[in-house]
Amino acid sequence: MDLAAVIAVETIYTIASLVLISAGLAIVFGMMKVINLAHGEFMMMGGYATITAVNWGINIYVAMLVIAPLIVGIIGLIVERLVIRHLYGRLVDTMLATWGLSLLFVGLVTMIFGNTTTGISTPIPGMTFGDYQINGYNFFIIIVALLLVVLIYAVLKYTRIGLIARGTMQSPEMASAMGYSPDKIYMATFFVGSALSGLAGAVLAPLVGLVPSSGGAYIAKAFITVIAGGPSIITGLVSSGSIFGLVNQAFTFSISPVFGDVALLVAAVILLRLLPQGVTGRFFRGKL
Amino acid sequence: MREITVRRFALSIAVAGAVMLLLPMVISTFTLTLLLIYGMLGMSLGLIWGFGGILCFGQAAFFGLGAYAYAVSAINFGESTLPMLIAVLLPAIFALILGAMMFYGRLGDVYLGIITLVVTLIFFKFMNSTAGPEYIIGDARLGGFNGIPGYQTLNVPGYPDKYVFGDNLYYVTFGLLFITYWLVNWLLASPFGRVAVAIRENEQRVSLMGYDVRARKTILFAAGGAIAGLSGALFANWAEIVTPSLFSLGQTAEIIIWCIVGGLGTRLGPLLGAAGLAYLKFILGQQMLIDNAIIMGLILVLFVLFLPKGLVPAMDSIGQYFVTRFNGRAKIYPNKAEASSND
Repeated sequence: MDLAAVIAVETIYTIASLVLISAGLAIVFGMMKVINLAHGEFMMMGGYATITAVNWGINIYVAMLVIAPLIVGIIGLIVERLVIRHLYGRLVDTMLATWGLSLLFVGLVTMIFGNTTTGISTPIPGMTFGDYQINGYNFFIIIVALLLVVLIYAVLKYTRIGLIARGTMQSPEMASAMGYSPDKIYMATFFVGSALSGLAGAVLAPLVGLVPSSGGAYIAKAFITVIAGGPSIITGLVSSGSIFGLVNQAFTFSISPVFGDVALLVAAVILLRLLPQGVTGRFFRGKL
Repeated sequence: MREITVRRFALSIAVAGAVMLLLPMVISTFTLTLLLIYGMLGMSLGLIWGFGGILCFGQAAFFGLGAYAYAVSAINFGESTLPMLIAVLLPAIFALILGAMMFYGRLGDVYLGIITLVVTLIFFKFMNSTAGPEYIIGDARLGGFNGIPGYQTLNVPGYPDKYVFGDNLYYVTFGLLFITYWLVNWLLASPFGRVAVAIRENEQRVSLMGYDVRARKTILFAAGGAIAGLSGALFANWAEIVTPSLFSLGQTAEIIIWCIVGGLGTRLGPLLGAAGLAYLKFILGQQMLIDNAIIMGLILVLFVLFLPKGLVPAMDSIGQYFVTRFNGRAKIYPNKAEASSND
């Protein structure tokens, strides 16, 4: 019974972390059709921002939830102005340019912080479940992911800003004719996407030690989650995150964590082969 | 595309022979061998991406597979002739299966990129976790992140104790690169190559003409895999150790950068891009001021933004400009696609 509870919590946690690491990418790729291969590096920089801020004596929650998203958002803004805005509509070129950016960021961070692992301890102590111990921080991540999904959904669905953003992504000319500047809306959307990546990196930073190249660990998972999700942003994110999370945990518990990761990747390849449009391309059509 | 004539072929043998003999005077053969291996790897992606329009983000998978296939079979056989063949065939067969899965599923370019990337990562993760004694193929232990050292390196066929190394390995690599380059040339000049270029330009139109686009893309992909496998096997001979870092994200990214910088849609571009950038990295590695990745990243971003066609086509158009200027006569191409596929 206790073991079942532990497995359940671990599985929900895996799904939550998948949703968390993919949320920023879902905004940037799902809405703007920009393939941001520097997504992992945005997360990595969010982690470094948090650790630096905490070392300066700032409260860890402020560092994670406010400072890191802001800093990474601003970096994203600069990147958008300098590089991405010249490449809208050229899918493969955005992919290559952001790959270059990711190398650039890894190099810069290596020069600034060195090539050693840094980290901070989790702010929440472990909890006991009968005979088992669970990392209390996992619950925090689950809550953050849940709030994030609800928030994105609410903003896109019920606010005027969300409506304008969605409208611009569907037809920039129409939005422009209505008096909104697509240029500014793209810029703002990229800012939000990068900020969310920074947030995800910050929240996950206490769990994993950071090295400048740790962005690479997230990028594949984030991409396959978003792409397997398909055209609907939120529904796709949650549904593909759940599928991959379940596969990952099933193999992690029955064989080993490495096989969990490999099984997740294999599942992604099979899923994309069967549903090239993603889960929401076939099922849950037209949902947000 | 220019026809392959006996004269052109003889001329290129003479030029290549001169280059082969002159280069070691400038750079040591040890470094040169690696540059040639990377050139071959760049050419493999240049073939399928530049001429087939298949953006493969996982060319490193075939490279690493070739290297591992060579190392494992060299330990088991104790000589190098059969392992070299296996190192070409195994990646080619793997590419054939993977390609068939993707192209018959009619996956688009972005999905293709992601799937090949994911496949490379699967290899990377799996190979990194094979440190335990249970991961054995024949006599060879896969060795996890430590890789496989101490296998039989290249020898004269039939004489397992006559090793080919140092300067001789350089000449063999140069010869193999030359042969591969001409095979690629021949493939592209053949009707198959012309249809491949047509597929790159407009897939739907070619398929409406009655060509089997899926089969052709799959075969082209497998050819690219075979070349990458050969370069992997040569790398295994050069480095004398294979590690999972052959499958790493950095490795697979670099191949793409080589192609972009050298020039897509040219035969020589990716080759020169690979050798040039690898040498640049070698020089940069000797200074401690700036991290290597910054410069590589910057090069890629700047090229995508300002010179998306790459160096060789840019040089070519500058050359064309002067030819027209001074001859007063333009070189006439039947159409633009033809012009861009010339090197």
